[in-house]
Parts: sequence; structure tokens; C-alpha cells
Amino acid sequence: MHNQVMTHLGDGGRIMMTKDEIAEDIIRGTNDASDRAQIPSLTKEEREQLLDIFCEPGRIVSVSPGEEVVVTDDSCSMTYYADQENSGMGIPMSRPTAILNWERAACGDTCCMGHNDFSYKPAKAVIHYEANEYYSTSQTTTIPMFYGSQPNMGLYFRPDGPFDNPAELLPIGKIDEARQAQLDAKQQLKSDLVYIGKELNQVGCEAMNFDTSGSAGDADMAAALEAVRELKKIAPNMYMELGMASEFVLGMHGKIFFEDTRLAGLYPHQLVKVAEAAGVDIFGPTVNVNTTETTPWNLSRSVTMVKATAEVANIPIHPNVGMGVCGVPLYEVPPIGAVTRASKSLVQIGMADGL
Amino acid sequence: MGSAMGGLRTTGDLVAWMQMSRKMKINDAKQYVAKKLGVEVIDLTDEEKMLELREELDIGTIISMSGGSKGIQAKCKIAKLLDIEINSVNLFKANIRDFI
Repeated sequence: MHNQVMTHLGDGGRIMMTKDEIAEDIIRGTNDASDRAQIPSLTKEEREQLLDIFCEPGRIVSVSPGEEVVVTDDSCSMTYYADQENSGMGIPMSRPTAILNWERAACGDTCCMGHNDFSYKPAKAVIHYEANEYYSTSQTTTIPMFYGSQPNMGLYFRPDGPFDNPAELLPIGKIDEARQAQLDAKQQLKSDLVYIGKELNQVGCEAMNFDTSGSAGDADMAAALEAVRELKKIAPNMYMELGMASEFVLGMHGKIFFEDTRLAGLYPHQLVKVAEAAGVDIFGPTVNVNTTETTPWNLSRSVTMVKATAEVANIPIHPNVGMGVCGVPLYEVPPIGAVTRASKSLVQIGMADGL
Repeated sequence: MGSAMGGLRTTGDLVAWMQMSRKMKINDAKQYVAKKLGVEVIDLTDEEKMLELREELDIGTIISMSGGSKGIQAKCKIAKLLDIEINSVNLFKANIRDFI
């Protein structure tokens, strides 16, 4: 076991690696990110810094005093009362109580309320209930309180929604019909996001989080960006966070633009500039995790893309560090050693402003 | 959370407000808050100093102080301290403007 370092696979499984093996995976990971996103690889010094973080003997690692960052979340307080579907603990507890626990027991820097489905479409149907509970809870919270959910355009297609399903149209060659269905859904989604934002602004909503934007592709991302732009005009003091669903915008349509930029295929360092133009206040880059690769490979890849994003961003960036993104293994109880190493390296090397 | 600022334990909420309201990067946000509080940046995550300072400023503390500000009352003071707009505070003030 001499010279062996304990780390994890991307699926959370514990493995032992030599220092040389970790160094090799760090090189492979950063080069993969460089090739895919057309960005610089980590420097020799940065790779050595990342290697040192992996080789720290402690089970848990952290940044040095003075380097701490702000944490925003996608309704982490929901995990108190939700079930396995939301990686929840199933405690019989109300949503406002969970949020106050998050503020005063977990000591979050910010907190977030969201619909249990964590999608905006079902939230729209009960928006007055949601707005009422947001209002009453925001009277008791001291830390900034977001209302968050996912744009989740997939819910707008049959059988869940009114529009033809592109996933059914594309395999049978109905390309134009699939594109039109996405444009129709995009318009409805944008309209719903703006409607919900207006309702929440009426009750003094402090901030909104468009979490996992682009999960249904470029039309989904366009709806979120257009909604942000419109809401910033209507409610300039309701601050907006937008996070990605995957490391590049999926081109399910392929020809959708925001202003002059085609959205399909944009990596975080490119999308952040579009987000800035839309009026986003905090941007959440995402980097996918490969479950069959090691955490050194995955995290090296993630740090490379996040660093490239931080270097061009004029707004704060909070990389997503949930399970299965930005180096955190895809497992519903993520190993704490991998989570804390992801946090430390994304801050120290990736220059993240938050997590 | 191991690399986070610690929310009400220290000044995580205040730095977060500056990122949200002014789009400040982390170092700018910390420097702004430190200047407003009259402390050094390194002090922003010093639990002992920040508990005393938050109690003195009455902007909400992690330990529940009887009669101390929390919630919207604390956020009113935070908005003034940081010179920022907070939507919930603006609504609250508008709703009680005839009584103050």
C-alpha cells in the first residue's frame, strides 16, 4: 500500500492509485478538456497543485483561510424532507422549516425554495401558493433567498405537454417538424418563466435560479436566456442565477441563436458571455463526469473548463458541484473526499467565485 | 460547504449579496464587504470577530439573541449597510411607509 493514494472512480467506487497514475490521469483529463472545448490545458504548476490536493493525507480537504467562497444551491434544503428521488432524507418537516434549518444549522451562504418537482412548469399551476410561501418564508430568512427550479422544456412535449415530441420526430426523419415543435415549446417555456418571475417579483422575490438550463437542448437554453433578459427589464432588483445542464449546449434544434450567437455546442467559457449579455448575475458552469474514468481525470477536466470560464467571465461563476458534475462522482451519496477535493481545486485552480 | 464562507456564522450572506446585486467577483465582493464593516478581508471568516460585529450591528447572528434582528428586520439593516437594493426589503418598506 506504500505510495498508494485513495481516490474514487466517477461512479463513486473507492480505488487506490499511485502518485504517478494520478499525475497521468490529470494530464489525460486536462488534455481531453482542451481538445473538446478548444481551450488551454492546465499548466505544469497547476497540474502539480492538483496532484498535491489529491495526495493530501486528510480524508477531507479545504481551502486556506481567506480563500473561502460563496455557496448558492438548487434547493438543498429540500433534501431534509424529500425522498430518494431528490436524494432526500425523508424527515417530516415543512419547506419553510427546512429552509431555516439550512440557514441556521447548515449555515448556507444563501438559501433556495423550489417546487417539489423542481421544474417551473408544475410551479406555474400553483404559483400563488408558491409566491405566498416564498413571501412568508422570506420574512424570516436573513441570508439571500432564491426561488429556483429547472426550465425543463422536456415537460412541454407529449405525453407530458402539448407539443409534438422531437425525440419521436427526429428518428423518423421529421427534422423540420421536430424543429418547429421545439420553437413552439420554447415560446411557451419563456412565457411561463416570465409569468412566474413577475408573480414572484410581486412578493419581493430576492433572486431566481434557472437551474439546469438547456437540459432539453438549445431551445431550452434560449428560453431561459430570453426570460432572464425580459425579467431584468421588469424586475432589475430580482437577481438571476443561471446554471448549465451539461458541459455544452446540446444542439437538439441546431439553428437557435441568442442575439448573434448560435447556442448549439457552446462550452461554459463561451456560454458565459451570452449569459452576461442576457443580464445573468451569477453563472453556473457545468462539466460532465465520466463514470468509468477516475476522479483525477474527471476533476482535471472540470478544473480546466472552469478556469477557462473564470478567465473570460465578468460576472461571478459558481460551478455546479452536485453528484455527477464538475468532478463529483455520480453517486447519490457522493464520497466526501472527492467532493471536498473538487471544491478546493475548483476554487484554487479553477478560480471559481462560488460553488 | 467545507470551502464555503459559513453564512450567518461569519459574513457569507453579505458577500453573496454583493455577488448578486453588483455582479462582483469573489475578491471584489469580499473587499467591498470588509470595507463596509471596517475589517480586513481575512477577518470575514473569523467566527469570533464576526459574531461580535454582527451582534453589534444587529444584522442577524447564527446564535439566537433574544430581541436581536433576524429575517426581514436584519435584511433592512443589511441593505442599508451594504448600500444595495433587496427586493423583499423594498416591498416591506413600501408596505409600512405610512407607519414610519
